[in-house]
Amino acid sequence: MGILDGKRILVTGVLTDSSIAFHVARVAQEQGATVILTGFGRLSLVERIAKRLPDPPPVLELDVKSSEQLDSLAERVRAHVSGLDGVVHSIGNAPQDAMGGNFLNTSWEDVAAALHVSTYSLKSLTMAALPLMGAGGSVVGFDFDAAVAWPGYDWMGVAKAGLEACARYLARDLGEQRIRVNLVASGPVRTMAAKSIPGFERFEPIWGQRAPLGWDISDAGPAARACVALLSDWFPATTGEIIHVDGGVHAVGA
Amino acid sequence: MAMTEQEILAGLGEIIDEIAGVPADQVTPDKTFIDDLDIDSLSMVEIAVAAQDKFGVEIPDEELKNLKTVQDVVVFVQRSGVSA
Ligand SMILES: NC(=O)c1ccc[n+]([C@@H]2O[C@H](COP(=O)([O-])OP(=O)(O)OC[C@H]3O[C@@H](n4cnc5c(N)ncnc54)[C@H](O)[C@@H]3O)[C@@H](O)[C@H]2O)c1
Repeated sequence: MGILDGKRILVTGVLTDSSIAFHVARVAQEQGATVILTGFGRLSLVERIAKRLPDPPPVLELDVKSSEQLDSLAERVRAHVSGLDGVVHSIGNAPQDAMGGNFLNTSWEDVAAALHVSTYSLKSLTMAALPLMGAGGSVVGFDFDAAVAWPGYDWMGVAKAGLEACARYLARDLGEQRIRVNLVASGPVRTMAAKSIPGFERFEPIWGQRAPLGWDISDAGPAARACVALLSDWFPATTGEIIHVDGGVHAVGA
Repeated sequence: MAMTEQEILAGLGEIIDEIAGVPADQVTPDKTFIDDLDIDSLSMVEIAVAAQDKFGVEIPDEELKNLKTVQDVVVFVQRSGVSA
């Protein structure tokens, strides 16, 4: 018996086997879910990585900047499952100029690109999947605590603050349809996205020194398991929430 | 039994042809991935994944950035692939 027995879950954001989404898909399958993946850009890589999951799932193409691909998503998912019980948003990207200490000089074009992919996409993905969640569902996204300013994170931090607000508004507007929308605020994990953040190494000692529970930067497991818990029926009255899976760093001052 | 350099080179040629569209006969030991073969970092990641599937040798991320030439990968696979 798994906590996702019988559930059908759409997981975006698998790129390599370090991706947080890869571990979400793995734990979800271990807990009994049927998983469908979406991939962006390098589909052949995503397909190779999908084969490393316990039960290799189908991979659909989805660029969240493409309205055509979003519009056809529900139909393409229906070729595999009749509906969805959960959607995982594990997508983030910002142009290099939007991170790494250039905050005061980043152009609007670069900021807009970051917000389109990292913030607005929570709304567009959720709406694209909405026709499949007639019986209600759970949407989970990945956040990096946006309550404070971090070194180097810059406009990606602004995008995450927007993601937090976006999740609350979605929670407000979709509650009537029994759709819960929550975020997992993960501590730093060494993934492709993380490596593209200039100065990402600086997070490692911060977590090393401050996390009451300690923190392993190479382990996406804790964030993945929290995500799976939120997808399950064990958080039935929780929406618009941010669960910190960061070893406790958010709770301590130093 | 360990694979010979020739076998690894041939396998690697197939992988690079498939992933980056570089004809296998251009994949010679002295070529660098970035400058000579024009392969970007995400393609390198995919090549490493495919190499693991084919040779059973994991190329960790930290190692990948040190592997600059075709020969570097051949040597790495041969050294690690004790039982391949
Ligand atoms: N790694 C960390 O330290 C960390 C910490 C907290 C939150 N997060 C968040 O977790 C999520 C997953 O990131 P990750 O760390 O697993 O890195 P990752 O690089 O493995 O995943 C990022 C994903 O975003 C996808 N993506 C980028 N542009 C896209 C587009 N236009 N359309 C569709 N998909 C697109 C990529 O294909 C990739 O799969 C992101 O939202 C990230 O901000 C990461």
